[in-house]
Order: sequence, then structure tokens, then C-alpha cells
Amino acid sequence: MNDILDTANNDYKYGFVTDIETEEFPRGLNEEIIRTISRKKGEPDWMLEFRLRAFRHWQTLKMPAWAHLNIPAIDYQDIIYYAVPKKKKLNSMDEVDPQLRETFEKLGIPLDEQKALTGVAVDAVMDSVSVKTTFRETLAEKGIIFCSFSEAVREYPELVRKYIGRVVPYTDNFFAALNSAVFSDGSFCYIPKGVRCPMELSTYFRINAANTGQFERTLIVADEGAYVSYLEGCTAPMRDENQLHAAIVEIIVEKDAEVKYSTVQNWYPGDKDGKGGVFNFVTKRGLCRGENAKLFWTQVETGSAITWKYPSCVLQGDNSIGEFYSVALTNNYQMADTGTKMIHLGRNTKSRIVSKGISAGYSHNSYRGLVRITAKAENSKNYSQCDSLLIGSQCGAHTFPDIRAGNKSSTIEHEATTSKIGEDQLFYCNQRGIDTERAIGLIVNGYAKEVLNKLPLEFAVEAQKLLSISLEGSIG
Amino acid sequence: MLEVKNLHAEVDGEEILKGINLTVRAGEVHAIMGPNGSGKSTFASVLAGKDKYTVTQGEVRFNGKNLLEMPIEQRAWEGLFLGFQYPVEIPGVSMANFLKEAIGEQRKYKGLPALSSAEFLKMMKEKSKIVEIGSNLTSRSVNEGFSGGEKKRNEIFQMAMLDPILSVLDETDSGLDIDALRIVATGVTHLKTAQNATIVITHYQRLLDYIVPDYVHVLYKGRIIHSAGKELALELEKRGYDWLIKDYDDE
Repeated sequence: MNDILDTANNDYKYGFVTDIETEEFPRGLNEEIIRTISRKKGEPDWMLEFRLRAFRHWQTLKMPAWAHLNIPAIDYQDIIYYAVPKKKKLNSMDEVDPQLRETFEKLGIPLDEQKALTGVAVDAVMDSVSVKTTFRETLAEKGIIFCSFSEAVREYPELVRKYIGRVVPYTDNFFAALNSAVFSDGSFCYIPKGVRCPMELSTYFRINAANTGQFERTLIVADEGAYVSYLEGCTAPMRDENQLHAAIVEIIVEKDAEVKYSTVQNWYPGDKDGKGGVFNFVTKRGLCRGENAKLFWTQVETGSAITWKYPSCVLQGDNSIGEFYSVALTNNYQMADTGTKMIHLGRNTKSRIVSKGISAGYSHNSYRGLVRITAKAENSKNYSQCDSLLIGSQCGAHTFPDIRAGNKSSTIEHEATTSKIGEDQLFYCNQRGIDTERAIGLIVNGYAKEVLNKLPLEFAVEAQKLLSISLEGSIG
Repeated sequence: MLEVKNLHAEVDGEEILKGINLTVRAGEVHAIMGPNGSGKSTFASVLAGKDKYTVTQGEVRFNGKNLLEMPIEQRAWEGLFLGFQYPVEIPGVSMANFLKEAIGEQRKYKGLPALSSAEFLKMMKEKSKIVEIGSNLTSRSVNEGFSGGEKKRNEIFQMAMLDPILSVLDETDSGLDIDALRIVATGVTHLKTAQNATIVITHYQRLLDYIVPDYVHVLYKGRIIHSAGKELALELEKRGYDWLIKDYDDE
């Protein structure tokens, strides 16, 4: 097991490029580009103004450098900020470009009717524009809105305007400002008062065109007493250049409402020498605005060359609950700095953090978490558990917890462990006829079980496979 | 079935096994006894293929094939089972899942179709009776939080599931109270057929009250210095090892 170094030839299963004509903008970013994006999308003036304010603010900012990441210089003027697959405006599946459909097939996206019948409504975002949304009508009967962000801006401007930037203002950080200026598309979801969304809502993102950054924006609003479970899955084809991805997810959970947001992220992580791969800088945050609001984040992160991501909960309503379950796996030269923020503002608020990091190869995997209980948030509780699993001796695991208690009636618990896959465990598995690669898959899935169990079943199975695939070749 | 000829093995440059010769035929039970540090567990580990040990000389044939050339998992698929002295815990991996994987791989190797979930569960149920293991044990994580006795019973349960040709039980009796010992030993005896064989490595005679060996070997300083029938175990119990090993201590 000394040779559990990384000699991985980690074939990226989703490494294919679809040859569909895309309409691209020139490289670079200026007000003219932003105006053009906005015009292309037929946006109202207030939306353009929002973008321009964000852009002007972004110009005053510098890229953050506090994360435990080694980020190469990014030339923001060398990026194409918008790409649309040509030939759109479709009425039925038959009109979807066969090649595009094939791409989705390869990805296993349940876009076709049969799969849709299994109960997944998909809003597939491929290079910036939503291609097709299924099950819209069924949802519409319940008053649920689930559509692309651009459509929402056109068709439900008052809702979008009411909520956009409420949880993640463009002044929040460098990438949030950038996204707010150039966001291309994304998903919008509104669940009205007292409605329980009857199916899992799902979005797949895929970065296709070379040198295009993808900047989606997701906005989910669960009105009083509403419930929704939302799934997000990501893939990107193999490309040598690094592709920039800076998304925003905003969630608003009103009184007595509940939102589950699950992510399986497997963007292209780069090759075994650390060449290429996606840079993923995401701002995800939810606001539990009303009493008894509940927000659950679950993420399985195996992809991207660089991950910078902290799905957070602002627990404003009294008795509101925020939970964060994460598995982050890094191999080869991947770097991940991920975790969460739990901000307790209301009384009797509760949060729970379960983070499982897995590092292999030469990768670095950091957990970064903030638990802040403010003076007013009396009788609040937090429990955090941060575990790290190391495979081999060249990788690193790091934990950066920041805990701030503002009153005396609240309790905060923090547990952390670091372990290694033992030679003895591998020998035991081998002796039973399970080869080392399968044994590692088994052990890693066992380690991550508590988090995987939080995913909807179909997603959990996929995530389990993904963990094993991502570690293929991580042993010599 | 198993033929060990002049087997030498070392760890970190120190020779532990210094020329072991042993022949095991189908239907036989062999006991290997000997004082601490004589190389008993090393012998078991070398047969299983633990890469900490380097074989420097000798030959081991198993079912007519060169055992030493095979990777660890292939030895298992060929029908070699090692009952561990210290079974390892694997958190989060259920016994059922673990065995499903193990049996699946073995069947693949043998060109057999995979078992259906129903067949597998039925098999689990049947085999767990042999060692009086409750279904709660099989749904728990591999050895996690098991008592010493449960761990050993679980080893024999796995042996029953994998149906090996040759089982090497390394100090399976250590740390067992008399009830657990009886259950484990009865399980092993129950699994005995004319087609398979068992090597029992033990310190004590008491296990051999339940698992009656055909041959008893005394391993000392990396060699088998004495072999006889089952009566040897009783004699060792009474007289200790001194009378046998004194001739070898001057080396």
C-alpha cells in the first residue's frame, strides 16, 4: 500500500464534446457585452441596471485569496461570457436537436418522456440557455413555477425582482458580483403557500463550448408552509483549458416551509497531471426567513480542478433549522476549499454540519466552516462533525472551523477526526476476494454513508458510483 | 490440495519462516501449534499473500497451481480462506454488502452468474444459523463494535458464505469464552466435508477438543519440528513444548 500514490489515469467518463453550433460573443468583459447579453435575452431595464451596478462594483474588487487554494491567474478579459446553442424555441422533444439529445442520453439525463415519467422534472442548462423543461404543466396546476431564469425574468418579473439579490447581494463577494453582471441563465423555482411539490425538481448543468465561463443563477422561493426537494447535477466535457464557473444559488424559505437542495458535482477535474479542469467558484446561500423554516444542503463534490464553495444558512426565523451534509472527494491535483456558514439570528435555531472529506493523490481538501450564534439567538444549538479520510501519503486534509458564540444559553459542539484507509483493511478485503480498487470504493462509500443517505435514492446510487469512479487508479 | 515445499519468508530483512514443508489433502484437518513468535501467524499470512512478507525460497502449490504467483484476491477466489486473529473493522460497510461484493467477485472469477438478491439473502439466513449469528449482526458494519466473540463467529460465518476449499484459522480461539469457543468450533466442524480442508493455528489444546485434527504439527523458529496424530496435542498440553524445542534452542 506504500504505492498508493497517484498514478491515476483517471479517464473522465463524461469527456466528450458535442458538436453543436453555438452562437458566441467575443472574448472579454465590458458594459457593451453586458448590454448585449441583456438585449439578447429581452430583459427589462431594471434587470440591465442590476447587471451594470454589479459590474461596476466588480471592477472595484480583487479576487479573494484567503482560501487554501493555489489559484492560477485568471484573465477575465480572455473569457467568452455568453454562448447559446443555435436553433432553439422548441415546442416538443422531437424538435430538440438529435445530437443534443444524444448528449443528454450519454449523460443519462432523464429528459425524455419515459424518464420524466419516473417523476423528475428537469431544467437542463447547457451552456447558458435552458433547452427544455419537462413537467411544467403538471407543476403549473399546483401553482408551482419551475422555469429557466431568463423566462422568469420575462414572465414573472415582479417575483424575480422581489427576491433576486436578497440573499446573495452582488456586493457579497468577487464572484457574486461577476455572476450578477454576466449571469447567462439558470433556474427559477417558486412554490406557493402551503404547496408540497409532488416531485423532485432537477437541473443539470453542462459546460460545453471551449473558453466559455458558465454563470448560472438559481433562485428558489418556498412560500409559507411549502416544500420542495431540488437536485442539481453537473458535468463538463474534457478540455485542456480551465473553464471558469461562477454560479449563485439563492434560496428563500418562508415560515414553516422546507427546502432540500442536493448537489452532485462532477465537473471535469483535470487530468492526472493537474492539467485542465473546471474552476468552480460558487456562492450558495439560503435564508430561513420565517419561523420554523428548514433548509437542508446535501452535496457530493467529486469534480472540478478547484472548488470554492460554502452553501450556507442564515437562520433568521425563530426555531428555524439549517443542515449541511457534504462529501468532497479530491484526487490527483484537485483542490477543494469547501464547507458552510451557519448564521444563527433567530431564537431556538438549530444547525447541523456533517462534512466528510476524502483526499487522494496529490490533492488538497479543506473544510472551512463558520458557526456564528448572535447575541439575540438565544437557546440555539449547533453540532458539527468534520471528518477527513486520507488515501496515500502525498495528499492533504485541512480543517478551518470558525466558531463564535454570542450568548450563554446556546450550545456548540464540534467533532473532528482524521483517518487513513489502513493496510489491514485492504488486506482483509483482498483476502475475501475484493480487489484493492473495489475495496477502496467500498470503504469510501461506507465512510460517506451518513451523507449519501441524505440524498434522494436515485441520486444516492449515482453518487455512490461517482465516488468509486473518481478514485479509479488512485492506487498503484 | 496444498503442498508447501521448503518455504522461506522474511519481513524487513529478518527471516521468519525457515523452510516449511507441509502437505494437506482434501478432507483433512491439520493443527499447527507452537510457542509465541515461532512463525505460525506469519505462515498463515504468507499463504494468504500479505505483501509485508517476502518469500525468499520455496514453493506453494494449491490445487496444482502456483499459489505464490497469485494476487491476494485470486487466492481467495481459488478457495483459500484466512480466519483472522484480529478481524478488521470497516465502518459504514454492512456485512451484507461486504459479502455480496466478495461473493460476486468470486462467482465472476468462476464464471458463475451473479446471485439474485433473494438468493443471497436466503444464503445469508441459512449460513448465519451455523454460527448462531443473528440477523442484526449481518446488517451491522463489518466487525464494527462487535465483541471479541462476535468477531470470531463472524469470521466463521464468512467462511460458511464463501465456502472455501482450504481454511486457515489463525488463533480463532484466542479471547473466546467457552460458549463462544463451542459455537465457533461446532461451526467449523459443521462446514467440514470430504472435499475441503482446514488448518487450525492455535496455542491451546482446548479448541482441539471440538475440532479434532488428523495431524498436529509443532512450529518452532520458522520450521515444523515435529508432526504426529491428534494425541500430540494432549501431550503438549501436559508436558509443554520444552521437551521438543530444547534441541533447537542452541541454533
